[in-house]
Amino acid sequence: MSKPTDLVQGTLDLLILKTMAAEPIHGWAIAQRIRDVSKNILQVNQGALYPALHRLEQQGWITAEWGESENNRRAKYYSLTKDGKKYLQREEKNWDRLSKAIGVVLRTV
Amino acid sequence: MRWVRKISLRFRSLLHKDAVERDLDEELCFHIERLSAENIAAGMTPAEARRAARIEFGGTESFKEDCREARKVDHIQEFSRDIRFGFRMLRKNPGFTAVAVLTLALGIGACTAIFSAVNPILFEPLPYPHADRILMIWDRSDGGVRGSITFGTYRELVKRAANFGSIAVMKSWQPTSSGAGMPQRLNGQNVSSTYFRVLGVSPVLGRDFQASDDIPNGPKVAILSDGLWKRQFGSDPTVIGRQITLTEDASFLRGNDDTYLVIGVMPSGFEDVLAPTAEIWSPLQYDWAVSTAESREWGHHLHMVGRLRSNSTLNQGRQELDLIANTQVPAYPRPPWASLKLGFIVDSLQDDVTRGVKPALLSILGAVMLVLLIACVNVTNLLLARGSQRRGEFAVRTALGAERPRLIRQLLTESLLLAALGGVLGIAVAVIAVRALVALAPPGLPRASAIGLDGWVLAFTIGLTALIGVLAGLIPAVHASRNSLHSGLQEGSRRTAGGHQWTRGILVVAEVALALILLVGAGLLLRSLARLFSVAPGFDTSNLLTMQVQESGHGYIKDSVRLRFFAGALDAVGRVPGVTAVAFTSILPLTSDREEYGAQFEKDKPGSGQDVFLYGVTPGYFELMGIPIHRGRFLDAHDTTGAPVAVVINASFAKRMFATGDPIGQRLKLGPQKDWDTIVGVVGDVRQESLAADVPDAVYINTTQWEWGDTVLSLVVRGHADVALLSPAIKQAIWSVDKDQPIVRVSTMSELLAASAAERHFVFVMFEAFGIVALTLAAIGIYGVLSGSVTERLREIGVRMALGATPTRILALILRQGMTLTAIGAVLGLMGAALASQALITLLFGITPLDPVTYFGVIALMVIVSAIACLVPAWRAARVDPAITLRAE
Repeated sequence: MSKPTDLVQGTLDLLILKTMAAEPIHGWAIAQRIRDVSKNILQVNQGALYPALHRLEQQGWITAEWGESENNRRAKYYSLTKDGKKYLQREEKNWDRLSKAIGVVLRTV
Repeated sequence: MRWVRKISLRFRSLLHKDAVERDLDEELCFHIERLSAENIAAGMTPAEARRAARIEFGGTESFKEDCREARKVDHIQEFSRDIRFGFRMLRKNPGFTAVAVLTLALGIGACTAIFSAVNPILFEPLPYPHADRILMIWDRSDGGVRGSITFGTYRELVKRAANFGSIAVMKSWQPTSSGAGMPQRLNGQNVSSTYFRVLGVSPVLGRDFQASDDIPNGPKVAILSDGLWKRQFGSDPTVIGRQITLTEDASFLRGNDDTYLVIGVMPSGFEDVLAPTAEIWSPLQYDWAVSTAESREWGHHLHMVGRLRSNSTLNQGRQELDLIANTQVPAYPRPPWASLKLGFIVDSLQDDVTRGVKPALLSILGAVMLVLLIACVNVTNLLLARGSQRRGEFAVRTALGAERPRLIRQLLTESLLLAALGGVLGIAVAVIAVRALVALAPPGLPRASAIGLDGWVLAFTIGLTALIGVLAGLIPAVHASRNSLHSGLQEGSRRTAGGHQWTRGILVVAEVALALILLVGAGLLLRSLARLFSVAPGFDTSNLLTMQVQESGHGYIKDSVRLRFFAGALDAVGRVPGVTAVAFTSILPLTSDREEYGAQFEKDKPGSGQDVFLYGVTPGYFELMGIPIHRGRFLDAHDTTGAPVAVVINASFAKRMFATGDPIGQRLKLGPQKDWDTIVGVVGDVRQESLAADVPDAVYINTTQWEWGDTVLSLVVRGHADVALLSPAIKQAIWSVDKDQPIVRVSTMSELLAASAAERHFVFVMFEAFGIVALTLAAIGIYGVLSGSVTERLREIGVRMALGATPTRILALILRQGMTLTAIGAVLGLMGAALASQALITLLFGITPLDPVTYFGVIALMVIVSAIACLVPAWRAARVDPAITLRAE
């Protein structure tokens, strides 16, 4: 992916935030999980992932900590902040509304 | 909470840049490893797997750049980069940097200094609570002149003016503190008990005056200033309740006791704007009940201030006072000379105090702003010239991808840097300039003690510096970034002068115009001063020494003793070698001395009369001063106690009162006199307050014949050259008669003459200084533009010469270019000066703001100076060798 458009960027943010809703997770695992859960339809390019992660961290939605990964290597773990959780809920609702509306338009028009 | 996290993250990115980059590297490493591991598990070889992982990642560097951009600290980093680059550029061109920084430092420093002087006087509110509610109230006399108030009027207003919370009156008081050492005359005020309440400041030690202190024959109490307390009492806190010995004018006696009880000390920051040098205050203790015409309670000699209630406005106060003036009530009868028939003049205290100096200060402020503008224009020109030299650099930058706003931002940063350096140096200039200002300032400058560099002034400097940086840098920045790549990268064969020259030419025209305005102002003031000093004072001012002698102390209660002292002093001084003549006068010409009494002429109907200046003199005064006699005779030693009272009046007064007929032999009565005096002579007019003020109506009388004798007289001594050297001997002579009498205000008449025009002179000096700076800057500006033009046109000049132009023709060509700029600037400047000089009207004397001599003189000066400035580059152009320049392609 070259420089992502705004819409795609927002959606990517939403996916990233959702993956870390349950527990802290590092960047590689985020990409893996999104790929696995979407059954290989959504493949996140690392070139888009890390800038997105840094941006989300700058904006205060997520926070990072260095920890030990499964194979005992140092990895940076991201988790949601309190504001991030609220933001995620808001964005999920928005996405629901948006996709339902698009669906209605596509069916009726 | 989110913003806290955001800010701390930004700080970390900024300060621990390396650590953050390392983190990112490590994170990417981890990701690539896991990706490689996955690829290996899918069947690739390790090398292939790593390669595939890298490819999928894309170029790591640009990716890292994306991450960095996401961290959004670029702006700050860019800014710091710009600043470092700017510093390097300035260091590489020390000549340019030095000139620009110095120019700006001069402009900013001068502006700051003037602002620090003008701010406390004109802009800052007075240092009293709710100072806008304090009003100054004057009696309006003929011609709209502000006159002093009588105590009777004060009494009436206290009871009748409801809009005022408190009203106070004051007069100046100069007691002598005797005791150990030399007698010291203090400056102070006699005030009503409400004085400090009106101002709103209370003593920090002890207590304020109360109504019970201000009764006739009441206890003598005094409040000291902080300065006096420190100086005389060493800040001793037990000073309250102590007694001090003060002696004072014998005419306002309070019995033989002259010890005062100290009841309070004012705070150290206290400024008495009505009497800046006052150090001691004591109640007036005038008598409410007295109402005779002769007593001081009905004399015009008090100044009045009042504080409005919080719910009253200035207009309400004014209207009420007018109403009171027009409605006389039986409870408060008024004598005819205090009838208030013309009403009051009411001004806010701040306006009143600054009234005299406002036009002068505002014009100086305007002038210094002009200088700053010129300095700014000069620096802009310098930057433009540098910009055209750096065309190559900007072209390369643009080719590498810099956008125009980025270039402009960098250039603005450079000019802000320049301005900041100029500002820092300017503060140093300002410190020196402020000291010079305070030293040069005319003595009557209000709030002079508040002049200095404080927080407001520094804030002003910083704001000004930033503004200058942006202003001076904007045009060059826009210009430099506008250049097309093509012409920039081609270093050679620049055939035309280009758009730069246009802008620089316009700037030079502006400089010339502004400099012209300043010079016209200076010229007008110079001519005013010349006119002023050519006014005849009415007496011979050369070799005249004056000093003020006061006799005080209870030995001098009786008139006879007082007169004996003065006579003895005259005698003793007359015997000092080098003294050719000596006399006393109660009012010294060319000072602010005033002694006015009502004069009633026998020929006019009773009740009519006017105020005159009453000069109490000793025999020989007129001859000493060189005042000519027009009719009749001078006063002499025969006009003494017991003889018929003789007076002399001045010529213009005589002409007005006796248009036809002879004033000699006519009779008049002065003030509280019961019998008529006879006019025995008419003498020439003498200027009193200053050379510019009108000649007052004057009546001269011998001190021995005036019962309400003065205790302060001015000694005038005429000697041979260098009278000032006689001063110690003369003082000794006076002290040989009585060693306890203070002698003050020693100065020669020439010094007094100069001091009387001090204010105008001060403004002139300012304008002169600014004018010279402006002229120099404008000359430098012309020189710079022409120089740059010649450099750019070298090839063209070479071609011209090769085609047959003589060096003279080239010289004329360049000269014409320069003089055209000057001419346009001069025309604009003339129009501007005609407008701007209107603002100087109150300071001019004897000439109009459109005085042709001044304008022609200034134009001539400008033409000469700019011709010289043009000559150097023109000379350089004429000496061009076409062979060299044409071959240099």
